[in-house]
Amino acid sequence: MMVTGVTKRISAIRFAMLSPEEIRKMSATKVITADTYDDDGFPIDMGLMDPHLGVIEPGLRCKTCGKKVDECPGHFGHIDLAMPVIHVGYVKEIKKLLQSTCRSCGRLLLTKDQAQEYVSQRDRMEELTGDSFESSHISAESAKDASSRTMCPHCNAVQLKITLDKPTTFREEGHKLTPKEVRERLERVPDGDLIVLGIAPSVCRPEWMVLTALPVPPVTVRPSITLDSGDRSEDDVTHKLVDVLRINQRLRENRDAGAPQLIVEDLWELLQYHVTTYFDNQTSGIPPARHRSGRPLKTLVQRLKGKEGRFRSNLSGKRVNFSARTVISPDPMLSINEVGVPIAAARELTVPIRVTERNLAIAKEMCARGPAPEGPVYKPGVNYVIRTDGRRIKITDKNAETVAEVVEPGYVVERHLLDGDIVLFNRQPSLHRMSIMAHEVRVMPYKTFRFNLCVCPPYNADFDGDEMNLHALQSEEARAEAKVLMRVQEHILSPRFGGPVIGAIHDHITGSFILTHKNSSFTREETMKILEKAGVASLPKPAVKSPVERWTGKQLFSMILPTDLHMTFKSSICQKCNECMKEKCENDAFVVIRNGQLISGTIDEKALGAFKGRVLDKLSRDYGSDASRAFIDKATKIAVGAITIRGFTTGIDDEDIPNQAKREIDDAMVQARLKVEEHIKAYRNGELEQMPGRSLEETLEVEIMKVLGKARDTAGQIAGRHLGLENSAVIMARCGARGSMLNLSQMAGAIGQQAVRGERLSRGYWNRTLPHFKQGDLGSQARGFIKNSYKSGLTPTEYFFHSMGGREGLVDTAVRTSRSGYMQRRLINALEDLKVMQDGTVRNTADTIIQFLYGEDNIDPARSVQGDPVDVDDVLLTVLGDKGELIAQIQEKGVVSYGIQDRDMLETPEESEAGDDSDFDIGGEGE
Amino acid sequence: MTEEFNVLEHELVPEHHILPKKEVAKVLKELNLGKDQLPKIRLSDPCIRALDAIGGPVEEGMIIKIVRRSDTSGMSVCYRLVVRG
Ligand SMILES: [Mg+2]
Ligand SMILES: [Zn+2]
Ligand SMILES: [Zn+2]
Ligand SMILES: [Zn+2]
Repeated sequence: MMVTGVTKRISAIRFAMLSPEEIRKMSATKVITADTYDDDGFPIDMGLMDPHLGVIEPGLRCKTCGKKVDECPGHFGHIDLAMPVIHVGYVKEIKKLLQSTCRSCGRLLLTKDQAQEYVSQRDRMEELTGDSFESSHISAESAKDASSRTMCPHCNAVQLKITLDKPTTFREEGHKLTPKEVRERLERVPDGDLIVLGIAPSVCRPEWMVLTALPVPPVTVRPSITLDSGDRSEDDVTHKLVDVLRINQRLRENRDAGAPQLIVEDLWELLQYHVTTYFDNQTSGIPPARHRSGRPLKTLVQRLKGKEGRFRSNLSGKRVNFSARTVISPDPMLSINEVGVPIAAARELTVPIRVTERNLAIAKEMCARGPAPEGPVYKPGVNYVIRTDGRRIKITDKNAETVAEVVEPGYVVERHLLDGDIVLFNRQPSLHRMSIMAHEVRVMPYKTFRFNLCVCPPYNADFDGDEMNLHALQSEEARAEAKVLMRVQEHILSPRFGGPVIGAIHDHITGSFILTHKNSSFTREETMKILEKAGVASLPKPAVKSPVERWTGKQLFSMILPTDLHMTFKSSICQKCNECMKEKCENDAFVVIRNGQLISGTIDEKALGAFKGRVLDKLSRDYGSDASRAFIDKATKIAVGAITIRGFTTGIDDEDIPNQAKREIDDAMVQARLKVEEHIKAYRNGELEQMPGRSLEETLEVEIMKVLGKARDTAGQIAGRHLGLENSAVIMARCGARGSMLNLSQMAGAIGQQAVRGERLSRGYWNRTLPHFKQGDLGSQARGFIKNSYKSGLTPTEYFFHSMGGREGLVDTAVRTSRSGYMQRRLINALEDLKVMQDGTVRNTADTIIQFLYGEDNIDPARSVQGDPVDVDDVLLTVLGDKGELIAQIQEKGVVSYGIQDRDMLETPEESEAGDDSDFDIGGEGE
Repeated sequence: MTEEFNVLEHELVPEHHILPKKEVAKVLKELNLGKDQLPKIRLSDPCIRALDAIGGPVEEGMIIKIVRRSDTSGMSVCYRLVVRG
């Protein structure tokens, strides 16, 4: 297949082993001495720093290729080992080979027919493009088959059992096999038998797994550094090679001098240890080699493995230029598409501008300003100029003017960021595509990145010290692509659940509630203040003319809606009355929008909120991203305007309840305690009626939990009677801004039962939770029921129980995040190179099919309606208009928040209250 | 588990059909694919073993047509190549 634009294609990659001959052939020099430098500081010939191995000092030339520092790639040397040693990386293969071949003739322990069968299996698999996994499967099968034989089918020799003493000692029925013996056995295995085991003998003879020569990596791979004191500090790999050389030398001398076998064997084993740790210093079964300071050495495997290894840190992840990182803070006056960039950052991040006839004057002017223009107004300067010959000139205050003179078409000028530049903005962990979005720059004073609060949810950001990254794009293509595909407004609808991820949060929701709830109205001055920020130029007719002109909040909100918008839905504050009163709802919870006029209902989380906002959803679906961006920007401003005018605060007195109510709660608690005791008594007397499928103890637990659950709910209800919509905390909970009624009832009423692993607390001491209780006490107080509220304060035992429950929550989140992070990584690695082709199929890089149709239904989840292809309710409303009384009959689809549902153990399913605010626990979020 | 249990009758298992030999070329042409580009299914797969027992021998290299019900698109069809294993 010809592919245009590609001159060379990789058709295959083959992994092979280095033979000792190859090691010697590619070697630039033999290394024999463990000394590195002589007394004058020059590298010793045939030492580890031999100049034949490459250059690391500027000015010197390589003795092998004659090139200078950055030009010479470095050259391998080699060490001839006095005695062979096992390569740790291949012990598994060696073991497999020893077990599956004959100890005397070296043949594979399979009959000719068996071997032939495995070979043909392999051929068949290759024909059907099997992968390496299948190939290794066949190899493993044949090896297993062979090693199960106890007698050689070729020479009838009886086979002995081979075991591996970790990490590198092989034993045959307890008798130790020296590496030399191992190597001799592997040498005897004929080429033909290796193919059956999935080894290509032409490039991979098994005896090469036992090393006789060791390659010495070029000095460029293990550069030495000169400390300030003038001392040289060597790389860990060099240290390890020194050890190998030293022992190798001693072993050779002792062997040649005819030293006792015992001494030679000890040295041989020591050499094996050093070669093993040279490859992998975390080999299990042997102590890691250490530096003089006690720090374990970082040898070859350690360079590659793990998070800090070559793969994850240098190949999969790279460091980049033109990026910035700083603390973030909110700015509701910015558009959701914008990001505020501090001047200091804007002067470091640059955009290359190609100079042409038309922008020559501007380029010269910017250049003349130098790298740090002063003055009250931010004006872009230039940090570097790239000449037509590719030379890069750094601009300083001194040379700015002169360089500006010579700038001409064809030059590239790297100018500072300007308002409107497209940049990428990111917050870790980057778990979904909305974690990196394109923003337009607004250069601002101070030191933080700023953005609109509606963009917090996709980044999962808050402002308790979070930092974010910013990347200045360097090419026209990148900017165009980012603007079309990655701009914030293009990501209002999430592909995760087909609803908005960008939307109002917290005060923004409270603000719109205050603006639109019931008959809230505003004077001329207030109205002007609110609308002016949103850029609405003309005032509608006032809803009330006398005694003073007043505009209703519903009128103001309607100003920012498209004039042909029709919607009907229920607000968050809806009490889910048995019979809905519709427009006449006494809670004003039935939202009706006709011709862009908000006729009834309150605008709250259900309308504007991130994840749930119906209006956002509808706007971005039907009116496009520009319109919904404009809407969100304006909504932010009028909501902020409304809340600013009314003022809004919450404090501990929001949880105040009258003394009478407190007494009622206390009574309820006493009742509950007595009832629990009654149940316990019944249980002890054997009068408790066992529930089907439960033991007597379990039945008792369930009964007690029921009672205590009811007690907490009663307390919540009693407290709730005194918590009306005039209460700020209640407003926040009911309109979806923050907190839940459950949280409030725990603050004002009672906290309720604490649980670990979904059960009442029971562990700690012998048959009791704390030594303050009698053994076997099953009462409510002894098993973690908290009758107090957060406001009234907890008793010491209650506090302890609460901490037990809280600890479980913290451990859970810690475990959850680490586990999901690992899963995410595995998923990304598996899916990263799949793509949707022109014909709708999903394929991998091998061009094989993963899905015949994207998602098997060809639906873009971001454009779906909560996962469905069509919004039937909306179609009905559009087609039938208000006649669509049908709509009322169509059950409103419960839009479930995607957040983790925090199930409360005391809540029975039917009376459960939405308590999905998992982040309202003690300890709070990190940072 | 009883011997008579047939996985193909389970409501969570999609329909599996053996693609008749004469249709293979047509289907592959329609999809513009080679046999080797298809997803695979092992001979040891419970569905294949069940098909083998009911619909005659299933061999390596045959193509299985799988039809799934879908809430969003009604029906979705895919093909798998039978491989050893
Ligand atoms: Mg934070
Ligand atoms: Zn060189
Ligand atoms: Zn033999
Ligand atoms: Zn209602």
